Amino acid sequence: MFKWFLKKKEEPQEKAEEESGLFQRLKDQIARTRESFVKQVDRLFLGKKEIDADLLDSLEEILITADLGVSTATELIERIREKVKRKELSDAFALKNYLREEILTLLRSPQKEGEEITASPFVILVIGVNGTGKTTTIGKLAHRFKGLGQNVMLVAADTFRAAAIEQLEIWSKRAGADLIKQKSGSDPSAVVYDALEAAQSRKTDVMIIDTAGRLHTKVNLMEELKKVQRVIQKKMPGAPHEILLVLDATTGQNAISQAKLFNSAVGITGMVLTKLDGTAKGGVVVGISNELKIPIRFIGIGEKMEDLREFDPDAFVSALFD
Amino acid sequence: MFESLTERLDRIFKKLRGYGKLTEQNIQDGLREVRLALLEADVNYKVVKDFVNTVHERAVGQEVLDSLTPGQQLIKIVHEELTALMGGQKQDINFSGKWPVSIMLVGLQGSGKTTTAGKLALHLRGKGRRPYLVPADIYRPAAIEQLQKLANDLDMPAYPSVPDMKPLDICQRAMILAREKAYDTVIIDTAGRLHIDTVLMDELKGIEAAIDPSEIILVADAMTGQDAVNIAEKFNQTLGLTGIILTKMDGDARGGAALSIKAVTQKPIKFVGVGEKLDALEPFYPDRMASRILGMGDVLTLIEKAQATFDAKKAVELEKKIRKESFTLEDFRDQLQQIKKMGTLEQIIGMIPGLNKIKSLQGLRPDESELVRIEAIINSMTRVERRNYTIINGSRRRRIAQGSGTSVQDVNKLLKNFVHMQKMMKRLKKGGLRNIQNLFSG
Ligand SMILES: Nc1nc2c(ncn2[C@@H]2O[C@H](COP(=O)(O)OP(=O)(O)O)[C@@H](O)[C@H]2O)c(=O)[nH]1
Ligand SMILES: Nc1nc2c(ncn2[C@@H]2O[C@H](COP(=O)(O)OP(=O)(O)O)[C@@H](O)[C@H]2O)c(=O)[nH]1
Ligand SMILES: [Mg+2]
Ligand SMILES: [Mg+2]
Repeated sequence: MFKWFLKKKEEPQEKAEEESGLFQRLKDQIARTRESFVKQVDRLFLGKKEIDADLLDSLEEILITADLGVSTATELIERIREKVKRKELSDAFALKNYLREEILTLLRSPQKEGEEITASPFVILVIGVNGTGKTTTIGKLAHRFKGLGQNVMLVAADTFRAAAIEQLEIWSKRAGADLIKQKSGSDPSAVVYDALEAAQSRKTDVMIIDTAGRLHTKVNLMEELKKVQRVIQKKMPGAPHEILLVLDATTGQNAISQAKLFNSAVGITGMVLTKLDGTAKGGVVVGISNELKIPIRFIGIGEKMEDLREFDPDAFVSALFD
Repeated sequence: MFESLTERLDRIFKKLRGYGKLTEQNIQDGLREVRLALLEADVNYKVVKDFVNTVHERAVGQEVLDSLTPGQQLIKIVHEELTALMGGQKQDINFSGKWPVSIMLVGLQGSGKTTTAGKLALHLRGKGRRPYLVPADIYRPAAIEQLQKLANDLDMPAYPSVPDMKPLDICQRAMILAREKAYDTVIIDTAGRLHIDTVLMDELKGIEAAIDPSEIILVADAMTGQDAVNIAEKFNQTLGLTGIILTKMDGDARGGAALSIKAVTQKPIKFVGVGEKLDALEPFYPDRMASRILGMGDVLTLIEKAQATFDAKKAVELEKKIRKESFTLEDFRDQLQQIKKMGTLEQIIGMIPGLNKIKSLQGLRPDESELVRIEAIINSMTRVERRNYTIINGSRRRRIAQGSGTSVQDVNKLLKNFVHMQKMMKRLKKGGLRNIQNLFSG
């Protein structure tokens, strides 16, 4: 869906060039992740031919340390145990490949290909708990869409956090996108409503709505979000076309609860995993994306406007294992 | 989502009831569950391993107290060890050191440093200090403005930083200004940075060397996963932390990062952030945190308190009544009298998992003087009324109000709360009778 949309006005040559550089950058950026993970795995497999209990224990450690979580890790290990029992897996290298493929399958299953979008504006609602990187990601997305020749409008519907509007305003200037804002403290639904009016008259291609961070357990704040969604739906049937949940890669198992509760409140269509430039592995998304069948759209690998990448399961797992 | 540890251990130990000692075998079964609970709570893998070994050593051969099942006994040990690990005395900000005292807040991006700077300023002003807020994050768009707005909301002074100043210059100039204007506590809000970003970590080292702060506090997100150990270790190595503040504790994160961070830094967790508002800062209570990480609310504390103060026979009766849904105003009065011995109602409600989240209970948080009033109201009822509140009509309400020296509104409010409480007990009965059993049968 997103891919199709992006391809609408993109210039193939530039894209190809960008892709290879970008790919390298991604690899460099998460080299730390990869190195430690790979080092561990390799150390594990080095000189080990047999699959024994020790090996499986160490494997468990690696998976859990990457934040995959007890249940996903246990499930993977159990499957391996079964395979070993049935003599379908015998040596350590086959095991490594098997594990890689299994994680890949989990990640790949929800990644869907595009449907056609005729909507204009294409409305993206960005949500998540506090401090995950929503506003920054919006700045990066705006830059990306501008680069593809789109008319972009940012909507400052975080009217709660001090200077949140000013922060988005700076990003809108950096990216060269329009900004719709009201006073701090105003009703986010009202801001969104006005923005939709403006977008329709200005022929905006992409409209990205920034919302206040909210913990998924806060009933009133989740209600506020549902109201924003209702207002959008009413003003523009079919919108929002994309509801992106922004998750921080540093977060552990609580991300599962975040994804579930945001999903049941407004229905997430995609996820963005930020701060992958640190040492955290963000492994929790493996279970989430598989269980909720929600694709991961993008990853954040820095604080600059360019530090956004499309999520690519192969690259993600390869970066971990190769 | 996850079966609580108490439930799991109970299941495992069901067969073992009546055994007098914790044996190698039942400890191993139990510790397997403890280990999973800790990992689910995001305690770091290695930290869990160490911890489980420690508990194992301590537990083998221990007598199981008469009043407890082996499962409860093991939880008690686990809980005590966890508390001890995170524990020590409650610690506030340290004001010794160079005048004016300075406090540096450091941490990853988005962990809550700027908000916490505002919260600390408010807290410290309440203790008679004169805080000066210093925005030293020149990188994140509008970060300076964010802190300046908070300062403005609090009606407190902030240094007028601008993004093209160097963070070190900002801090040094702010210190001079603070001295001139006699602000005795300088709170420095630094930019978020990755612990592996050597350039930015060096920047912090430079500030630290120049102003020699009394406190360097790592502000960490309670939702942090396994990486918490790496982050904390690196910040601590580079700067020599003096304490930790754990933010976003108002969510449902189990907060295992608290244990991980404490384990690698050995520095006290001084406060926790429990909301976005500037008064949402609380002291850190190791025992509560231990229960939370184990996924047990504060049931344990409550078990202990209940054991100490509850009249055992009355407790059994109460449990029966809750079961039969025949909890009356008379029982309520009994409860109040028992509860007064245990602590404030607010504390008690806060300790029971699930109850602290029920909105309707907020009306049920009277202060101590209100307890007296409630008792007076119930005392003014007839026995029949106390046993069947539904007969208390308008004229009875007026009589009761007069008799207790309160108003009809007070009586109404009490009855409304009582109905809430009954409903809530039904809910508890459905969802977690086991909790109540634990609470009252000790
Ligand atoms: N290192 C790194 N920092 C990021 C990334 N994305 C966002 N941030 C930082 O995280 C902090 C919070 O981001 P912000 O967009 O304000 O979060 P919001 O509260 O969800 O809107 C800021 O300091 C951002 O610069 C990322 O991919 N990598
Ligand atoms: N719910 C909750 N939100 C918090 C807490 N502390 C900070 N926040 C929010 O977390 C986000 C990031 O906080 P901020 O102070 O900007 O983080 P910084 O990037 O470390 O300076 C903001 O949306 C804050 O309102 C807390 O204790 N609870
Ligand atoms: Mg924001
Ligand atoms: Mg900040």
